[in-house]
Amino acid sequence: MSAGESNVVEIGRGDNSVAAFDVERVRADFPILEQTIYDRPLVYLDNGASAQKPRQVIDAMTEALETYYANVHRGVHALSQRSTDAYEAGREKVARFLNAASVNEIIFTRNATEGINLVASSYGREFLQAGDEIVISHMEHHANIVPWQLLRDQLGIVLRVVPIDDDGNLLFEEYEKMLGERTKLVAMTHISNALGTIVPIAEVIRLAHEHGAKVLVDGCQAIPHMAVDVQALDADFYVFAPHKVYGPTGIGVLWGKEDILNSMPPYQGGGDMIASVSFDETTYQDAPHRFEAGTPPIVEAIGLGAAIDYVSGIGLDNIAAHEEGLLHYATERMSTIEGVKILGTAREKAAIVSFVMDGVHSHDVGTFVDRAGVAVRVGHHCAQPVMDRFGIAATARASFGLYNTPAEVDALVDALVQVKEFFG
Amino acid sequence: MFDDLRELYQEVILDHGRNPRNFRHAEEATCSAHGNNPICGDMLVVYVQLDDDGVIKDAAFQGQGCAISVASASMMTEILKGKKTAEARELFKTFHDMCTLDDVDAAAIEKCDADAIERLQMLSGVKEFPVRVKCATLAWHTMDAAIGGNEETSTE
Repeated sequence: MSAGESNVVEIGRGDNSVAAFDVERVRADFPILEQTIYDRPLVYLDNGASAQKPRQVIDAMTEALETYYANVHRGVHALSQRSTDAYEAGREKVARFLNAASVNEIIFTRNATEGINLVASSYGREFLQAGDEIVISHMEHHANIVPWQLLRDQLGIVLRVVPIDDDGNLLFEEYEKMLGERTKLVAMTHISNALGTIVPIAEVIRLAHEHGAKVLVDGCQAIPHMAVDVQALDADFYVFAPHKVYGPTGIGVLWGKEDILNSMPPYQGGGDMIASVSFDETTYQDAPHRFEAGTPPIVEAIGLGAAIDYVSGIGLDNIAAHEEGLLHYATERMSTIEGVKILGTAREKAAIVSFVMDGVHSHDVGTFVDRAGVAVRVGHHCAQPVMDRFGIAATARASFGLYNTPAEVDALVDALVQVKEFFG
Repeated sequence: MFDDLRELYQEVILDHGRNPRNFRHAEEATCSAHGNNPICGDMLVVYVQLDDDGVIKDAAFQGQGCAISVASASMMTEILKGKKTAEARELFKTFHDMCTLDDVDAAAIEKCDADAIERLQMLSGVKEFPVRVKCATLAWHTMDAAIGGNEETSTE
């Protein structure tokens, strides 16, 4: 909990002083935020699905396309060299951002989902066999469930699910009990996209390692909201989605320990991932290139590098403090609306507020608040087991980012009050 | 702020959404189908009871969904009673067109029960909300599957 927490709930309506940094200056970096939706200022609270892009990212990608774009790792010509340098510079920025031991540990994929599938397919099929166990939690995104189910059906492994309590906390004792000599992999989210729960992932990893299991962390919701040091966590794999941390879509990041990556077979075959090819025998490059068959997301890696520069310039700790202020303010104000129930009240939470409204379905909530210019996500958030756990089909979810303000929380709350009135 | 939404969320629709008619398991149903909208998690079961002449004697539904999908299912069960399956299919097709097309074939509308069309007109306001079209049509897709014998349907 931040020291500034007690100030946060006392601020007046529309007062943006909660910011640990100059939020108006930050907002000015995001061209998309200047618009109105149905004649009302856009209030973008769907950052958990995807975040908007600052001018710095847009400019970096535009500059690449306008001045030095070419394919990478291929040509001797000037543009190819410049593109390769910029692409690899993106990788170096990601390595520093995660405090990876080596730049070789950063693999660019199509998206975070592909990162998980890569591990399931390559690591899973090489090192797991029938009877082995994979442990996941009840609050995983479908992307961290289905790849393991596919592997289960192919290999005959066992998938075990750690339950959560009514607040959305991981039941740690149950987790501990599940670990055993058959546990080969723990695949767990760092922050739940549907509930906002921050999982004590360092402890999860420590215990898994005590049992000789490897750990993959789904960091999609964590990376935009907190500083992550993969060496301090001692994870084995960590995936995240650049588009949620103000970077472009079309690229995902898989970090893995270098020795583990180099022990894994290729995921896809093609150009760029080979050392040499003949019809009798093909040898492969080491990581990361072994796992990057074909032309990679070049401009996207450059944009991701710019996004990392951007959030690093503001400081992840400052962003975390700002968002924690918004979380507390939103929780406090939304709790005052009769009939609104917040799902996910874990002890440690990120700035994600999932909620249901008595007598009004989440889709209707979504359509109505949209008319007020407020963008929220409605539905099952690709986490149907979580919805089932709470006996509901859908929630509405406000998820905050670094450019959101208390005034925007007010706009959401005002809209919700009117929705309630409309439906009586 | 919500004036524009009144066109879609009319009192009649809100009423059907809050107090759905024929919201029950139909014991005598001769056919039924499950419908789900994977995008939003809406799930319905539609029950239809046909007599020997292919006339719908009873229609009912159970499930959960937004105001639009529940209201649509509720109104559909009322509309269907007494209709032949061919008429029900014709109504579905016309309603689907009303929800998605700017210029619906007037002749097709003429052929349908005027009373039913008038009620469906209210729901056709979803045309202005493309992502909500599936909410309005899920029950009809499901009914179509029930009387056609396809027991699983999806708006996808």
